[in-house]
Amino acid sequence: MDLDVSWRQVHALLGENGAGKSTLMNIVYGLLRPDSGEILFDGKPVDLHSPLDAIRLGIGMVHQHFMLIPPLTVAENIVLGHEVANRGVMDLTESSHKVEQLSERFGLQVDPRERIAELSVGLQQRVEILKALYRGARLLILDEPTAVLTPQEIEGLFTIVRALVAEGKAVIFITHKLAEVSEVADVITVMRRGRVVGTTTPKESKSADLARMMVGRTVLLRVEKSPAKPGAQVLKVDNLVVLDDRRHVAVDNLSLDVRVGEIFGVAGVEGNGQNELIDALMGLRSIRAGKVQVDGREISNLSTHARLKGGLGLIPPDRHRMGVVLELSVADNLVLDDFDHPPFARWLVRQFNAIRDYAVKLIKTFDIRLQSPDQPVGSLSGGNQQKLVVARQLGTLPKLLIAGQPTRGVDVGSIEFIHRQIVSERDRGLAVLLVSSELDEVLSLSDRIGVLYRGRIVAVLDAEGADRDRIGLLMAGAS
Amino acid sequence: MSEFLQQLDPVSLLSITLITATPLTLAALGGMMCERSGVVNIALEGIMLTGAFIGYAVAFFTHNLWIGVAAAVLSGMIIASLHAVLSISLLVDQIVSGMVINIMAVGITGVFYRTYLESATSAGPGTLPHWNVPVLSSIPVIGPIFFENQFVTYAMLVLILVVHFVLFRTVWGLRTRACGEHPRAAETAGINVHFVRYVNVITSGALAGLGGAYFSLQQIGNFLPNMTGGRGYIALAAMIFGKWTPVGAFGASLLFSGSDQIGSRMQSVFHVQIPLQFLGMLPYLLTIVVLAGAMGRAIAPAAVGRPYKKE
Amino acid sequence: MAGWRRWLLSAVLVPLVSVICGFAVGAIAIVAAGADPLMAYSALFAGAFTNHNALAETLVSTTPYVLLGLAVAIGFRAGLFNIGAEGQFYIGSLSGVFVAYSIRGLPGIVEVPLAMIAGMLGGALWASIAGALKARFGAHEVITTIMLNYVSFLVASYLVDTPGLMLARNVSTPRTPDIDAGAVLPNLLPGSRLHLGFVLALIAVPIVWFLIERTTIGFRLRAVGFNQNAARAAGMSVGRTIVLTMALSGALAGAAGIVQILGVNFHMTDTVAAGYGFDAIAVALLARSNPWGVLPAALLFGALHNGASFMQLETQVSADLISIVQASVIIFVAAPAIVGWLFRLRRAPTETVAITQREVDAPTT
Repeated sequence: MDLDVSWRQVHALLGENGAGKSTLMNIVYGLLRPDSGEILFDGKPVDLHSPLDAIRLGIGMVHQHFMLIPPLTVAENIVLGHEVANRGVMDLTESSHKVEQLSERFGLQVDPRERIAELSVGLQQRVEILKALYRGARLLILDEPTAVLTPQEIEGLFTIVRALVAEGKAVIFITHKLAEVSEVADVITVMRRGRVVGTTTPKESKSADLARMMVGRTVLLRVEKSPAKPGAQVLKVDNLVVLDDRRHVAVDNLSLDVRVGEIFGVAGVEGNGQNELIDALMGLRSIRAGKVQVDGREISNLSTHARLKGGLGLIPPDRHRMGVVLELSVADNLVLDDFDHPPFARWLVRQFNAIRDYAVKLIKTFDIRLQSPDQPVGSLSGGNQQKLVVARQLGTLPKLLIAGQPTRGVDVGSIEFIHRQIVSERDRGLAVLLVSSELDEVLSLSDRIGVLYRGRIVAVLDAEGADRDRIGLLMAGAS
Repeated sequence: MSEFLQQLDPVSLLSITLITATPLTLAALGGMMCERSGVVNIALEGIMLTGAFIGYAVAFFTHNLWIGVAAAVLSGMIIASLHAVLSISLLVDQIVSGMVINIMAVGITGVFYRTYLESATSAGPGTLPHWNVPVLSSIPVIGPIFFENQFVTYAMLVLILVVHFVLFRTVWGLRTRACGEHPRAAETAGINVHFVRYVNVITSGALAGLGGAYFSLQQIGNFLPNMTGGRGYIALAAMIFGKWTPVGAFGASLLFSGSDQIGSRMQSVFHVQIPLQFLGMLPYLLTIVVLAGAMGRAIAPAAVGRPYKKE
Repeated sequence: MAGWRRWLLSAVLVPLVSVICGFAVGAIAIVAAGADPLMAYSALFAGAFTNHNALAETLVSTTPYVLLGLAVAIGFRAGLFNIGAEGQFYIGSLSGVFVAYSIRGLPGIVEVPLAMIAGMLGGALWASIAGALKARFGAHEVITTIMLNYVSFLVASYLVDTPGLMLARNVSTPRTPDIDAGAVLPNLLPGSRLHLGFVLALIAVPIVWFLIERTTIGFRLRAVGFNQNAARAAGMSVGRTIVLTMALSGALAGAAGIVQILGVNFHMTDTVAAGYGFDAIAVALLARSNPWGVLPAALLFGALHNGASFMQLETQVSADLISIVQASVIIFVAAPAIVGWLFRLRRAPTETVAITQREVDAPTT
């Protein structure tokens, strides 16, 4: 495939999940080796064996998942690999000084002596950018940088990007979000399934055109659904307090409620307590204070098992970690919640015929593409794995479904499918608590929206006619 | 009271505690460097045993204790590099790799001991000489404890400071810690993670090998099969209890060896009748208690135990 | 690569080639010790199989390896390293032998199961200590089980040496009283030491296989072994699974201990023959944690164990040499990449070597 990037330009690399954007940039950064073809930098062919080679040429990369080391300080992280030292002994004062200089020059304020673990996500991203600039990056690659930012922080990032470009640098901006591309890019290259589909500019192509290039067909940008008919309250959360792994308050006196037949979407930037909230609701994390009631019954003392039996379902935000057991078969994964009950087991002995029948039924209903129910889940694509997770939960006919990032890392076709499934279950009476950092998903799926900021719901509004900008401000803490 | 103190002989108690903590500390330092870079080293026990054997065998045949010590260190490095190759390059599970080495060490030292050394009739090489540091050794209490020791113990004291400095103040230490916390981040910063891990594993072998030399060349002047008696594993517990820091590992080792000493004085000094076997259990039980209380892996280097694969 | 071909490679070829390589390394060591490998190995083989009663004796040696190998393998499947099989073996021996010499006059059909249950309970409880420490405190089971091993040796020594406890009266060396005649496992082959315990060990294999592959307990075990977080999110109690797995593992190790007493020794001494525990790990690794694989692996170790003394007698090659062979075999099994590299079978590994049998190889219907 071919790609041309010029100096003084913001070049957006657009494509859906799995299109190959990150892979391509990892090659440019020296983390991966290409099988064939060549890379020309400043007109000269280059052979990159490791990030060191890329860094030497002036290529810097800020990854989607930060490459920062939490227990070390900002200064230590920035100078790592190019340390300020005297015959092997580190000079920490000089390191801090250099970081401060850089910080001032580019307007990216950070305290060099703070540990990364103590910084907010937005600040961490700043450190990442400083890292690249410290090494003299002239070409800066940003991989999905806005995934963890509030709409206002995103604006801030765009300003920085434009400033860098004005200085003469080049920026490659990888994203799957159409809206951003039109705002910040000078040139857009669309990728699909590892190939370049086309190169264009924001002036030439509208969002719809871009979407079609990304997917190859007309894409539904909004989920079609009939208005909700909410019934009785299913979930009631009262002043919930939950601590995170470092014993800080992550969920801070949070209250919300979800009714039968409604999708309640929690909008918020990642890192504001979503994971802790989900863990606490499912019994995977202890509750410091507050009440959680399902159908009027207090459930905070129940085990995860009891909650699942009691009608809760979970689509975990991190499917590889919590959603599936990759080494087990598809069939085994589909009965993961229920494997020790009839008909799947009788007196401790597993009943494989019953398991198989059930699996085949779910596979058909949820259109999971595979060769056999016995193949390991790890061999399925991301989208099919996620469909499996959804199938497993919906197959148990829950009362309340907690969906955390239900379409992260999933191809557009599967996204559409999963959204449609959730909506149709809602129409049949399912209550859904949707927790997603994709604001578009929350806006298009939800009936009511709660904005999460620093561990509490700061506002609840109807999705109908909701103001995107206002929500963005609320997500950032403005009132 | 004074009679009690006389019987307890605190100076002698502390002195012996320090000395017997030597192999624990050295092995713990080695394990710590290794784990800080991200590799679990269960093989400390086997490396120490091999170090003890090779050190003794070489000293025996060359009639030179110092060459024996050097050989112990070298053998530790060689065995550790086997662990490194298996677990870093060949992606063998690090615990399996470590246990395999321990199994091999017991077998090989046993075989070669019985074949060549058990029936040896000539005199052994003796033990390392005591060196009294002038002036400092005359200080009451502190003097006899710290400054009238043999080589391996002095080496241990120096190495605690050296390792601390290297780990927290040098470029190498920073990169080591980076590889143990977030190897992918280290790689994107241009660091060769495999290389850093290799060197740290081999260093841990050198330290553990030196610890092994304690047994055969400093303590007894002979080799006995299985003479390390599980100290390599206790050293791991000391490392965990010491929160993966050199000074912490030293402190924890002192705790273990101290409890052992107090245990053996139970009858004579404290006049408490406890069966011999239960006294022998003390270090092992203490290790278990420490592991349970130290909350295991809560503060370990984040990426320890997992092999690092380049994409 | 087709499924069955991959299975053949992983489950059969790799262990087989590893064994051959292990013997090759052993041959090198024999040459280094100044003897002839061919003579040594033929003496080994004769001592293990062809001499009078050798085969029966080999099967006697194999029996504990089967049970111990199963014990460690069960642990591996749940992601647990049970290095404490040896300690559980001894505690099982202690509790079992106590029952076996205390109960007098009942028929074998009563006494043997009672002693067996006592032995298995002892081993299970001992192992559960490490399991509970891991489940509750996160204490790494490798170190705790090894520590418990040392403690178990001392406990055994204390109980067997102390008058008034388990020390028999009027004996020349410290040991427990002999077990009651009713507790002795019947002999299978007159003129040899082959006892019913071997059959019990054989039966244990399909039972363990069934437990792991066909029951909910086994499913729980495997799920926790593969992915604790997903198991927890699906409502499984990871802590309870860990303790249960260790208990099962300990029960098998304890069974190995009591079977040795009821079939071979008939009493317990205060000396502990070290090495069983490590050999158990080797057996489980060689078997790739597959219960069926434990049989041939245990047979190999039993043969090595039995043939080594004859080899030493005939060729002066030290019996310890077999530990070099054993250790080399494990290295080659644990690093199939070495084998592959030696024979150019495949390129460098791109994924972590699994020490357990991959799920895809096990039938689900």
